[in-house]
Amino acid sequence: MDALIDKLKGEIIEQLNLEDLKKEDIDANAPLFGEGLGLDSIDALELIVLLEKNYGIKIQDPKDAKAIFTSIQTMADYIKANQK
Amino acid sequence: MSDQNYITSFCSIKSSKVCINSHIDYSESSQVSSIDFLKSAYKHYQLAYPKFYKMDSLCKLALITSDLLLKTNKITENYNKEEIAIVIANSVSSLETDVEYQTTIDKNNYFPSPTVFVYTLPNILLGEIAIRNGIKGENTFFVFDKFDAGFMSSYINSLLNNSRAKCCITGWVDFYENKVESFLYTVEKQPGIMNIEHTSEQLTKLYTNQ
Repeated sequence: MDALIDKLKGEIIEQLNLEDLKKEDIDANAPLFGEGLGLDSIDALELIVLLEKNYGIKIQDPKDAKAIFTSIQTMADYIKANQK
Repeated sequence: MSDQNYITSFCSIKSSKVCINSHIDYSESSQVSSIDFLKSAYKHYQLAYPKFYKMDSLCKLALITSDLLLKTNKITENYNKEEIAIVIANSVSSLETDVEYQTTIDKNNYFPSPTVFVYTLPNILLGEIAIRNGIKGENTFFVFDKFDAGFMSSYINSLLNNSRAKCCITGWVDFYENKVESFLYTVEKQPGIMNIEHTSEQLTKLYTNQ
């Protein structure tokens, strides 16, 4: 799980152009939106694309997105449970 | 009131050089890539804007140039935000980002990037400048073959002389492959830090000397 979280941090930094952040700056349990990483709605769409592109996971019900993208930890949990 | 308007400050970025009101304020070796130069200038001036790294190159260039312009001429403190217009033009629209977006919609590797997509219009840079500075006046973007001093001076003078704005941030911002240059200036009803009449002839001279 730690390896997946580390990989996700790198992918998020690259995909969302968070060049001023390093992996070690990101707390896996910190909120991705709002006061945490401060991501916005476009970033949320980019995370959906990232899940599909890098892990082959398509979120079927958009209502689930809020819980999945709460933090990097919740994203990793979702990937682990859904990756084929 | 006179119909004469004045260029009161200007800033340009070209060939790895930042010029503010005609003096070179920051430069690097011309060997450095345009995007690396912009990141280096951003750090040098400590512009501190969380969205900077998320922007496309065209917006990065516009944001740095406008930030430096507004640091030297604090029009956002001297005018109501509704009184400041932004009118900018370029020759390549958002082509740099359009090409990048196209690579994400290849039919064999179809993952359209929302982040890239939002920058596939050149006028987004007007919004970035407006959001950064809270500016709420008229904003317009034009695409021309080359910088058209006659049109720009006429259009901006009309805005100010018809009370559609009291001040304008205007100029040229181009970013595509090796065609990278910005030249932004402020126009006001009265002389400011600089005192150049806003006419086609003066503007042509100023642009050519950048």
